[in-house]
Amino acid sequence: MSSAASPSAKNVPPAVEFRAVEKRYGDGPVILDAFSLNAAPGDFIALIGPSGCGKSTLLKLIAGLSPVTAGALLLGGRTTTPESATTADELAYVFQEPTLLPWLTVAANVALPLELRATPPDRRAELVRAALALVGLESRASYYPRQLSGGQKMRVSIARALVLSPQILLLDEPFGALDEMTRDRLNEELLAIRERQSWTAFFVTHSVAEAVFLSNRIVVMSANPGRLHREIRVDLPHPRTPATRRDPAYHALVDEASQLLRSVEDTVAV
Amino acid sequence: MPPRRFLTILLPAVAGALFVAIWIFVRASLSEDFRFLLPAPTEVLAAFRDHGDELWRATLNTAAGATLGFLAAVVVSFLLSLLLSLSPLVRVTFYPYLMLLQMTPIIVFAPILVLWVGAGLKSVTIITFLICFFPLAVNTTQGLVSTDRNLVELFQLYRATKLQEIRRLRIPAALPYFFTGLRIAATLAPIGALVGDYTAGSSAGDGGGLGFQTIIYSSQAKYPALFATAAVCCALGFVFVAGVLSLSWFSLRKWHDSYDRADT
Repeated sequence: MSSAASPSAKNVPPAVEFRAVEKRYGDGPVILDAFSLNAAPGDFIALIGPSGCGKSTLLKLIAGLSPVTAGALLLGGRTTTPESATTADELAYVFQEPTLLPWLTVAANVALPLELRATPPDRRAELVRAALALVGLESRASYYPRQLSGGQKMRVSIARALVLSPQILLLDEPFGALDEMTRDRLNEELLAIRERQSWTAFFVTHSVAEAVFLSNRIVVMSANPGRLHREIRVDLPHPRTPATRRDPAYHALVDEASQLLRSVEDTVAV
Repeated sequence: MPPRRFLTILLPAVAGALFVAIWIFVRASLSEDFRFLLPAPTEVLAAFRDHGDELWRATLNTAAGATLGFLAAVVVSFLLSLLLSLSPLVRVTFYPYLMLLQMTPIIVFAPILVLWVGAGLKSVTIITFLICFFPLAVNTTQGLVSTDRNLVELFQLYRATKLQEIRRLRIPAALPYFFTGLRIAATLAPIGALVGDYTAGSSAGDGGGLGFQTIIYSSQAKYPALFATAAVCCALGFVFVAGVLSLSWFSLRKWHDSYDRADT
């Protein structure tokens, strides 16, 4: 579904457009320098790079949690400001931690965005059920977060992000703390959900394999200051399954991305 | 009954029996002239019988002061904590005076209170309030400003209003801290009321509390009655702490890690 190069794409503004964006906090060093990138609707962009390259900052800028200091950032062709409440329904964020409210049940956690965005109560239950069904946790609706495993908590966090049917999904190393088996499973599930919903994704990760498996574009960044170093196109066919991980083309891409990443990290170390 | 459960009842009971045995033994080893220093358990029980009515009245008076002061401290400290949590500037402005309030010795403050509002329930309530206020305010404020940064960002992301953030996030997240303060305040409230009653209690009619009875019994050298009074104070403290512990259990058991084990 999510082919970016559809014939009508010429008329559709980029989902996210960075125009020579610079970011620094106060008088601190430049975190992000002259960063330009166009994300077409439906792109799944993986961001990799050494720590301190501004990957997470990039997500915070898109989310409007922090303003850009120079350049421009456009969402759907519109300039964003931290105050623009209009973007909130279209955006969702999945943090490194599940960041669930421990005093709310799974269902109430997933309902939180609906409640904060004043969705009519009669629609909430149905939307929550649908979101929990996406991540396969309908049966855990009345559980509290502490009764769930790490992977289940992350699933709830994803369900909460998807409950508002966002246009843009920001994921900041969501599976970094999970074991490899669970991580692979959740990668597959995330792509399966994507077959049913269309969002533009920005996915920060330290795992090159994960980046290749999930994305159609990998942005490799360099640090101090954070810059776009190189971009890799990932043209592996969909749907991607565990078999994709045995595809020679997949391994070639993982090698290419790993080498790029190593070269970037070497320059940092010098 | 699982053995673990059984032991948690048996062991304290054994310790209690041992305590009474030592009590009786120590008393028996005292010479006749000094036995008045440590009344026998039976004498204390007799004191309960002889002074039951006045002790009961005094307990109700002290409990009233303790409860009123405690509740007032909870409400006022909560509102103040909300105010203090708004900004670090507000905190540095008021914290020194909060400390000052805590440092003021009640014994000095009591005569001033008597002068202002008169001896009796009002003074006792205010003294209890003053003693309970500080731990509540400090803990609740700490809880309100210690909210997980990621959760705050989550609320910002969904453009939550400040009121939504306080109601739906900061207050529930502060509950464990609030209950820590509440537990401390619950142990202090009966003591505060007792000290209040001792220093600024009513001596007229039936208005006296346990502090007043303490003065009476010690001046009349009714030592068994003093021991009985101590036991009553102890029981009053237990009621307060037990009340707060069950409230805490009700509010936190489902989600807070401190209630993770079912058998505690």
